[in-house]
Amino acid sequence: MKINISKIIIFSFTIFLLSVFWLGLKINHNYDTKSLVGSKISKFYVTEINNENQYISEEDLKKNKYTLINFFASWCSPCRAEHRYLMSLSNQNKEIKIIGINFKDKKINANNFLKDLGNPYNFVGEDTDGKISISFGIYGIPESILVNNELTVIKKIIGPIDQVQFNDILKSIQ
Amino acid sequence: MKKKLFFLIIYFLFLGPLSSSDNKTELSEIYKNLRCLVCQGQSIADSNSDFAATVKLVVQDQFNEGKTKDEIYKFLISKYGEWIVYQPTFSKSNLLLWTLPYFIFIMGGVFIFLIIRKSKNNKAN
Repeated sequence: MKINISKIIIFSFTIFLLSVFWLGLKINHNYDTKSLVGSKISKFYVTEINNENQYISEEDLKKNKYTLINFFASWCSPCRAEHRYLMSLSNQNKEIKIIGINFKDKKINANNFLKDLGNPYNFVGEDTDGKISISFGIYGIPESILVNNELTVIKKIIGPIDQVQFNDILKSIQ
Repeated sequence: MKKKLFFLIIYFLFLGPLSSSDNKTELSEIYKNLRCLVCQGQSIADSNSDFAATVKLVVQDQFNEGKTKDEIYKFLISKYGEWIVYQPTFSKSNLLLWTLPYFIFIMGGVFIFLIIRKSKNNKAN
């Protein structure tokens, strides 16, 4: 009888461990911050890239029906790839305002980037040391966050905006 | 007066640097518990990546503002999710993670106790 208790303990413990490992293997380990969709963005303050006296904060976003906050840099080639979608979005839809936040970049390069490819942004802010990006949960460039006038994150795009993401944004703001 | 001056000098010579090294230790502890999201299995403390450097700046700022370790973790969790910290906070979803080691420890004890008792009984018989 005593031996049986030990056997039962070993058996149930083995089953338990196997189930833990099995469940562990089934979980998706690809990390992203898309789980933040539905949460609210916190207070922020970004100065304009060419005018330190001009700035934007979360209060300004409340005035727009939808705002797309796009982190970009002139040194980032995927940012160049997504730029034409931002241009289309800015030209096609007036419901959405686009805020560009220039990430760890040289002012002159950022200005040339916008001069060459066009400026889809209603406001271009600068994040020279990257600290602002942390308050938006950014961990790579480009990343875009779509928020409504209640400051709720509707969509988070990690990586460049492509045709699929572009259509998704249009669908989300309809 | 001389005595006071002597103690003041001692304080600034020894206790001043001590508190600054305490701060460094606490900051380094925070960095060690933060996962570098763009690196392979490295903490913010170990990584030289751009992301790690930026997180260090933000943590330093918040630490200097007087925020506690938990407040800093809470802020980063709100931005990046629970994955950013190596030591997750206690919640329903990770109940198993926190209780399993204790459970295994207790079960091991029970198992050893049963084996010893069995061997004693066998010797007695």
